[in-house]
Amino acid sequence: MAEAVDYKVIGTSPIRPDGVDKVTGRAQYGADLNLPNMIYGRVLRSPHAHARIKRIDTSRAEAMKGVYSVVSGKDFPEAEHGEIGGEGGGDISDLAKNIMARDKVLYHGHPVAAVAARSQRVAEEALAAIEVEYEVLTPVLDLDTAMASDAPLVDENCYTKNLPEKPDKPSNIAAVMQLGRGDVDQGFEQADVIVEGEYRIPAAHQGYIEPHACIANTNESGQSTVWCCTQGHFEFRAMTAKVLNMNVADLKFVASEIGGGFGGKTVVYLEPVAVLLSRKAHRPVKMMMTREEVFRATGPASGTHIKVKVGARKDGTITAATAWMAYEAGAFAGAPMGPGAMSVFAPYDLENFKVEAFDVLVNKPKVAAYRAPGAPQSMHAMECALDELARKLGMDPIDLRLKNAADEGTQAPYGPKFPAIGLKACLNAAKNHPNYTKPLPEGAGRGIAVGFWFNVGMQSSAEVHINENGTVTVVEGNPDIGGSRASMCLMAAETLGVPYEQVRAIIGDTESTGFSNVTGGSRTTFATGMAVVRACEDIIAQCRARAAATWGVDEDQVLWEDGQATPAPGVNADVKPLSLADIAANAAKTGGPLLGRASLNAQGAGASFSVNIADVQVDRETGKVDVLGFTAIQDAGRAIHKAYVEGQMQGGAAQGLGWALNEEYIYDANGVMQNAGFLDYRIPVASDLPMIDCEIVEVPNPSHPYGVRGVGETPIVAPLAATANAVRDAVGIRIHDLPLSPPRIVAAIDAAGS
Amino acid sequence: MGAFGYVAPGSLDEALTVLSEHASLGKRAQVLAGGTDLLVQMRGLDREPRTIVDIKKLAETNRVDIGAQEVFIGAAVPSAVLNENQALVDLYPGLLEAADLIGSTQIQGRATLGGNLCNASPAGDSIPAMIAAGAVCVIAGSGGTRELPVEDFVTGVGTNALGADEFLVGLKLPAPGPGTADAYLRFIPRTEMDIAVAGCGVSVTLDGSGKCTAARVGIGAVAPRALLVPAAAEALIGSTLDDAALQAAGEACSAAASPITDKRGTDVYRRKVVGVLCRRAAAIARDRARQA
Repeated sequence: MAEAVDYKVIGTSPIRPDGVDKVTGRAQYGADLNLPNMIYGRVLRSPHAHARIKRIDTSRAEAMKGVYSVVSGKDFPEAEHGEIGGEGGGDISDLAKNIMARDKVLYHGHPVAAVAARSQRVAEEALAAIEVEYEVLTPVLDLDTAMASDAPLVDENCYTKNLPEKPDKPSNIAAVMQLGRGDVDQGFEQADVIVEGEYRIPAAHQGYIEPHACIANTNESGQSTVWCCTQGHFEFRAMTAKVLNMNVADLKFVASEIGGGFGGKTVVYLEPVAVLLSRKAHRPVKMMMTREEVFRATGPASGTHIKVKVGARKDGTITAATAWMAYEAGAFAGAPMGPGAMSVFAPYDLENFKVEAFDVLVNKPKVAAYRAPGAPQSMHAMECALDELARKLGMDPIDLRLKNAADEGTQAPYGPKFPAIGLKACLNAAKNHPNYTKPLPEGAGRGIAVGFWFNVGMQSSAEVHINENGTVTVVEGNPDIGGSRASMCLMAAETLGVPYEQVRAIIGDTESTGFSNVTGGSRTTFATGMAVVRACEDIIAQCRARAAATWGVDEDQVLWEDGQATPAPGVNADVKPLSLADIAANAAKTGGPLLGRASLNAQGAGASFSVNIADVQVDRETGKVDVLGFTAIQDAGRAIHKAYVEGQMQGGAAQGLGWALNEEYIYDANGVMQNAGFLDYRIPVASDLPMIDCEIVEVPNPSHPYGVRGVGETPIVAPLAATANAVRDAVGIRIHDLPLSPPRIVAAIDAAGS
Repeated sequence: MGAFGYVAPGSLDEALTVLSEHASLGKRAQVLAGGTDLLVQMRGLDREPRTIVDIKKLAETNRVDIGAQEVFIGAAVPSAVLNENQALVDLYPGLLEAADLIGSTQIQGRATLGGNLCNASPAGDSIPAMIAAGAVCVIAGSGGTRELPVEDFVTGVGTNALGADEFLVGLKLPAPGPGTADAYLRFIPRTEMDIAVAGCGVSVTLDGSGKCTAARVGIGAVAPRALLVPAAAEALIGSTLDDAALQAAGEACSAAASPITDKRGTDVYRRKVVGVLCRRAAAIARDRARQA
């Protein structure tokens, strides 16, 4: 562990600058803005999971009073192929077809047309007046069917990528991926114990409370302004420009406050449609999804089918591990099989391993990023297998993991050698945590699991303005999902040496600050934070120069300490230190306003590891799981805002527990989702959860000025297996599939008893 | 939401006039109490125009009367008001528990037992509890007032025995005698804000020796409508409500159930769980009856 650093504000938990407006209802979310002459856009969605569009007749809708514009696939330009970029995978052409179907509809809820009208009601009546003739095709609804050689094809032009030879016939397997090292056959021969398991997890939604919403206002020269809830307005601008074949300079995106995203608001759905409707209508067009639309047509996390096999010696040393993993992509290629494959064995130092992964098309909505996309599913399989292995070996599950844990210098399964990482520190913290040894009530069970996420850097920009009274305005380009404004203010305050209260952060639109990638990949506090620190250092350099000029000394004879310029020791100048306020007050005489800037492509995002401990009680007659206790331990590198780091850990645990216990997409035989609402898509309610205990481990990331590692995604990874392992401990039966819903648990208990 | 008319009659006769006028003209009228089901339906699938007849302004539908022989609960009294009435809670703890399970705290400020019954969902929480408590519907119509046991009121999924010119005024319950108590349990995968996967209401009467002399058992969410299960009651009557009797009653509930498999559970699961709930609810009712 690095030496302790005495920070003034970093690591404290002040209230967030945006907090009051959020708790009093003043904050403006996606649907809150209204413009003069605004009209309402609604989307007509496919009633079939798979069908060819033979004819669309919008004439009756167009003729209706109060209808201003109608669009369908033919109104969109032919989009070019190309990577979407950002957090979600996939192709721009596919993105365009996902926003508005062209010749085929590929899932129930796929948009086929849209109207803009004077009211929501008229818009809905107009949708009912649109005639669409379909040729219904057989839907492909699960991985087994989709991967069979005689399966109906979701896309007749899809040929499996990354095969040694180009395939001669199309397939629902959009891409394959392989990863490996050593000789697994030899490794399994050396094993004293081998465990194998097959795990299925259905699709789960991000469940953000705010449905997608936007307003587009297009003027007569073709320039559009779009207000929307998004995790990244610069990337929304780029995607919209590509889908509509527009110049990015003709598009301005303004991010509203955001009521949750979790990865699901990194791709556009409504925005290009609203721009097109607005262009045709010559009016601002507001579009808001219903919750049902959110479930039926926005990205969930992939449903998966994963097999793992792990062999170990009697002392716990893993000799070989293999994984086979199929990820549902939905209607278009781009499931997170890559990160799934690269994370499955990431916590462990393995000599021999092999991973095969498949990106599989099915007639369901295209998946989108969801916190650590791909990792919860694959690591659930591995962490459950390790639990079984520990039982067979008679070993403590934490000791088994410590025995094989990756550390600084270990070559990660995905290539690079790990720099300093906190896995062993987290495992030791778990082992020493009182919650790990606390006696359990009769019949209850305890489980542990490890979580991991790579984290990313990517591009960020920041500006720091010093106001005339010495207060500080930070301008950045990342929507604040988890308290990042507060983190930016803390880092700026620490760097400049001023109180937190003296700093405010604002999120600029695409025309008022430099490019920034999405708030995603757990990158904002790391990368944008780094840009803010650099911009503050720019300010400090300017302040030192101005103090030097004022005092008539060299710049290197001026220090910046505690928020003020002071002469270096030994400098022969009889001067008083100059505070930021002093320098700002005199700015006009010393060269004009103080403005610091930085832009960067951040490198060295440190991986974040976690260990979770779950305690559960299972009602063996009803199958109900009560979570008695849950402990999240995670390496944050350095917690900038302690309470918001804990908030990320607790939020990820809550979502992971929901995924483990009750959340699932349920489809009928025609591919119609049966539970497109929060009544039957069961995210946890507050009373379902215990207080989630948090322990932040700090192994500083050497690549960040304050040691930050991203913390937003790792928290959702371990809860799935930790919960499943706890249920295994409580009922004595391994249930491989999720969710661990009451009917599944009762069926397993009954099957074991008979 | 579709277009609709709204009337709030000030008297029972006025309400009946509006309903029968609409009925005779073949126009649609729909009674509104708390509206917690109706408004959701109007915003969702059923947007056809209609006249909303609000019965919240009527004295009779707002009345709660606790008599020596009989208790009356008006059809428009919200669950929250009922649960603040300690005398009522003491008399029918099971029924009031069921009323307390419908929706959230906010919803309970509006939701009514009458509405829960008229909505006729197979999973309506208060219905099996009302059946167990022996509740009888008091129905006003242009031809006069009639009464119908709750177990006969619901005719299928979302349908009830009301004619187009009738509405539910309230519920009449026999005042529980000595040694009588009820209980209601439902199963949901969460702790709250959910809909019953199975539910069971049980009312029992014990004599001085602890022997069960009377019992009623209602089950919900395991058939197209909530059911009275006489076989479960028979399994309890004559016993001391020992484990064997509770087990037999549970099995009778499982046997009486005809559940479906849907997004909320499998038929096998529901059939099993309704038996578990009956056993557990009967034990709670028994323990209460010993104190009553």
